Amino acid sequence: MLEAARCIVVRDLLVAWRRRSDVATALLFFVIVTSLFPLGIGAEPELLRSIAPGVIWVAALLSCMLSLGRLFAADHADGTLEQLLLSSEPLGVIAAAKALAHWLVSGLPLVLIAPLIALQYDLPAPLYPVLALSLLLGTPVLSLIGAIGAALTLGLRGGGVLLSLLVLPLYVPVLIMGAGSVDMAAAGLAPDGQLLLLAALLIVAAAFAPWAIAAALRISME
Amino acid sequence: MLEAVDLACERGGRSLFRGLSFALRDGELLRIAGPNGSGKTSLLRIVCGLLSPTAGTVLWDGAEIRRLREEYAKQLVYIGHAAAVKDDLTAAENLRIACTLAGHRVSPRQIRQALDSFELADLPVKRLSQGQRRRAVLARLVVSESMPLWLLDEPYAALDAAAGRLVEELIDGHAARGGAVAFTTHQDTRVRASQVIDLDA
Repeated sequence: MLEAARCIVVRDLLVAWRRRSDVATALLFFVIVTSLFPLGIGAEPELLRSIAPGVIWVAALLSCMLSLGRLFAADHADGTLEQLLLSSEPLGVIAAAKALAHWLVSGLPLVLIAPLIALQYDLPAPLYPVLALSLLLGTPVLSLIGAIGAALTLGLRGGGVLLSLLVLPLYVPVLIMGAGSVDMAAAGLAPDGQLLLLAALLIVAAAFAPWAIAAALRISME
Repeated sequence: MLEAVDLACERGGRSLFRGLSFALRDGELLRIAGPNGSGKTSLLRIVCGLLSPTAGTVLWDGAEIRRLREEYAKQLVYIGHAAAVKDDLTAAENLRIACTLAGHRVSPRQIRQALDSFELADLPVKRLSQGQRRRAVLARLVVSESMPLWLLDEPYAALDAAAGRLVEELIDGHAARGGAVAFTTHQDTRVRASQVIDLDA
């Protein structure tokens, strides 16, 4: 059981490793966007500290969008998506594996590099774990919800823009909760409530999004 | 046994075929013929469950394939028009992934043999020619003896004479072992089909 799903994760990681530049592009985008704000706004430490959580989270959303377009489009173009649809395991399981691979390649690096970005904003050290934890809980949700949009816009002309219009509004709760948890911690309050809500979002998304992705893929492949 | 009952297909508002019924028993070969755009690929995609017909049903051993889904997918090998290989992976990696996805285990030795029989070096697929890519996909047939149903869309496209003959042998061999094969082609083939569906008629 789950052999096909494991195979998909390994395959996508292997393809990502052989096309490292694609992965680096999304990560560099995140680094550059977050670095532009201090340059544009000015080096006012108090101001930077207060905008840091929001800026980092918005940059994470945008960076995730950047790689979502390729999630199913590449498989669609080379015909391997048809083979995924004919795999020996339920399509929902395969879809979950695709979303997991997407997160490992584009979400996890953001979680790891975020403390370094926070340094630029002079975020107090005790907030680093909160920021990293909020991204760790939130970015998988971005991959899961984004994959629904990616599956729905598959093969459409101008699908990239449509995908952003479709998916970014759905990211709002994650953004509010994610940035909010760091803000709470910065104000000296316990961020547990926000983080738990993020965890709840992740559980709900992990339970339902794969089946929505599967349904969307079937519609797109007709 | 594969049964199609009263299939109809419309694409882009144009009716491709209607009232199409056939049964494909173990050991039989079905050839789907017809000019470009006559619906050969659509018919094959309907039969493997990727496309829903406008009307009619496809049954596998008496059960609707829409209900069977993965259970049906485990029984078949579908080789479509697109190459279905990842450019950045090698021929062997692609073959192993295709088999694992289809839920059937193959040893590295079997993969080696399959690639050898199609005279393929284990290179990243992006370095292969169009015909060699096609060989890399069709190599799957060598290790798919245990799959009862083969659905092949234009298996001879882009192949040279030697590889074409090899595919003919594989198809014949599969039918001789009791497997069923449905394939589309508009080229001449020495494979003697037990049934021909001409979508032009």
